[in-house]
Amino acid sequence: MNPIKKLFDNIHPYVEEGGKFHAFRSLVDGFETFAFVPNTTSRVGSVNIHDAIDSKRIMSLVVIALIPALLFGMYNVGYQNALATGHLADATFWGMFWYGFLAVLPKIIVSYAVGLGIEFTVAQWKNEEIQEGYLVSGIIIPMIVPVTCPLWILAIAVAFSVILAKEIFGGTGMNIFNPALITRAFLFFSYPSAMTGDATVWVAQDTIFGLGYKATDAYTAATPLGEAAQAGFAGFTPDTVQNAITGLIPGCIGETSVIAIALGGLLLLWTGIASWKTMLSVFVGGAATGYLLQALGLTQIQWYEQLVIGGFAFGAVFMATDPVTSCRTECGKYVYGLLIGFIAVLVRVLNPGYPEGMMLAILLMNLFASLIDYCFVQKNINMRAKRVSKK
Amino acid sequence: MSKLFSEENKAAFSSPINLNNPVAVQVLGICSALAVTSQLKPAIVMGLSVTVITAFSNVIISLLRKTIPNRIRIIVQLVVVAALVTIVSQILKAYVYDVSVQLSVYVGLIITNCILMGRLEAFAMQNSPWPSFLDGIGNGLGYAIILVIVGFVRELFGFGSLFGYQIIPDSWYVANGGWYMNNGMMVMPAMSLIIVGCVIWAHRAYNKEEK
Repeated sequence: MNPIKKLFDNIHPYVEEGGKFHAFRSLVDGFETFAFVPNTTSRVGSVNIHDAIDSKRIMSLVVIALIPALLFGMYNVGYQNALATGHLADATFWGMFWYGFLAVLPKIIVSYAVGLGIEFTVAQWKNEEIQEGYLVSGIIIPMIVPVTCPLWILAIAVAFSVILAKEIFGGTGMNIFNPALITRAFLFFSYPSAMTGDATVWVAQDTIFGLGYKATDAYTAATPLGEAAQAGFAGFTPDTVQNAITGLIPGCIGETSVIAIALGGLLLLWTGIASWKTMLSVFVGGAATGYLLQALGLTQIQWYEQLVIGGFAFGAVFMATDPVTSCRTECGKYVYGLLIGFIAVLVRVLNPGYPEGMMLAILLMNLFASLIDYCFVQKNINMRAKRVSKK
Repeated sequence: MSKLFSEENKAAFSSPINLNNPVAVQVLGICSALAVTSQLKPAIVMGLSVTVITAFSNVIISLLRKTIPNRIRIIVQLVVVAALVTIVSQILKAYVYDVSVQLSVYVGLIITNCILMGRLEAFAMQNSPWPSFLDGIGNGLGYAIILVIVGFVRELFGFGSLFGYQIIPDSWYVANGGWYMNNGMMVMPAMSLIIVGCVIWAHRAYNKEEK
């Protein structure tokens, strides 16, 4: 028998009602259902069919899909550090990667410790099964903040979003807004100097355990989008676009590389977890709006540049397709996606205050997702009612 | 004396402060709770102004309640409230000008505060002056307490100060080589809505048995 399974079977008596370590029931439960599919089935006599893949398995797949972007993000952190300090020539690949790894790891640990801590506490307190929704949010959150984001504000933001954006609404599957984006929005509005701008936030400046290089002067680097916003959208050089596709630009940890995001996106599409309708329509909406605004002369950015710069690709692939907060009706997904792309580019181009509009666009459409669903469901009901009454 | 502080009168005074709080339970007067609470001082001045106006308009309407024709009672109530608001506004301008500037239109907008009309309609029109006075004071203080809680949290985390005095040491700030940053969202009205929500949450959780 599997030794891990045996371990869980041995632990079980201790955490049952009345056991010595009952306070840790939700913790053990959480890890056990994560390691093994629970063998509970539908009751005999009911007509429910359960898919073999439950939500913990779905979450794990999304985490796997995020790994290419995360690993590339780690490398890019080291690369940007070496580039900023002028040591690019003598930096090794592994040196840069381990530097980035050490810079990103504390954020992942803080994110999981705070988020899962709250989730486990709530589950134990309400005597409910542990909810696994934070598994994905916990890895996404470190990927959508700048590398220099202080850990204590990250912890506050995670606590804020898990409690006020998720647990208040009833936990996993009940939330209106994407908790990872709420975390980012909280950071963005609460601590703007640590989250955005042309200051020193995008590039790690210091050495970690002897790895990496220390910047002698505070090195300022804006993201290409931030630079463009400052320069009045003068357009990008082909070099910038190429770097944005490979991902070697300053930016949030996981959002820079379109290639790494595309790898994860393909996995999500292949396994059928993310809806291709949402994903495609976000890109179509963004491209169409970008083309229109450029044709109107409001911006110099080409439509295809809108799609590869900033957090657009990451948002479209991993955020907009969140099955909880996006539309559930098939037609609704098109409307939802198109509007996200439309609003994201609109905010980018027309609002000088916010160089990046993806976060605001997705949060806004999260709010309207259920309304869009309602309209399509009503339309369907009316259509069928008419068909019946005609007879 | 015992009649003045009978059980009913005590209840008229104390219930709005806790169990029947105008903001936390009846969810009235939210607008001004969002607008004036970014710092503690204007929040307290606003709370006191509303307390005074509610108390005295309650008394005046209660005295007039038998002579007011039913069909024009809202207009009469409005005239009384508007007169009191004007007096309070002038007093604020005379004695605490800087706070009055900070509160700007929100002093004038006390006229439209739902708590006032609610108390006049629901209490003063049916009760004698003394209970009405207590009810007005109670409701005003119930409103003021919430404003003070929200103002306290917002000023402490949004500016790092209380009543304008720096509480969080200057050396903690990033600008001085520390690690601390003020929370910019606390300064925005959106955050006060969230704080009011949290206050209501805590209040309901605490008073669960009594409902």
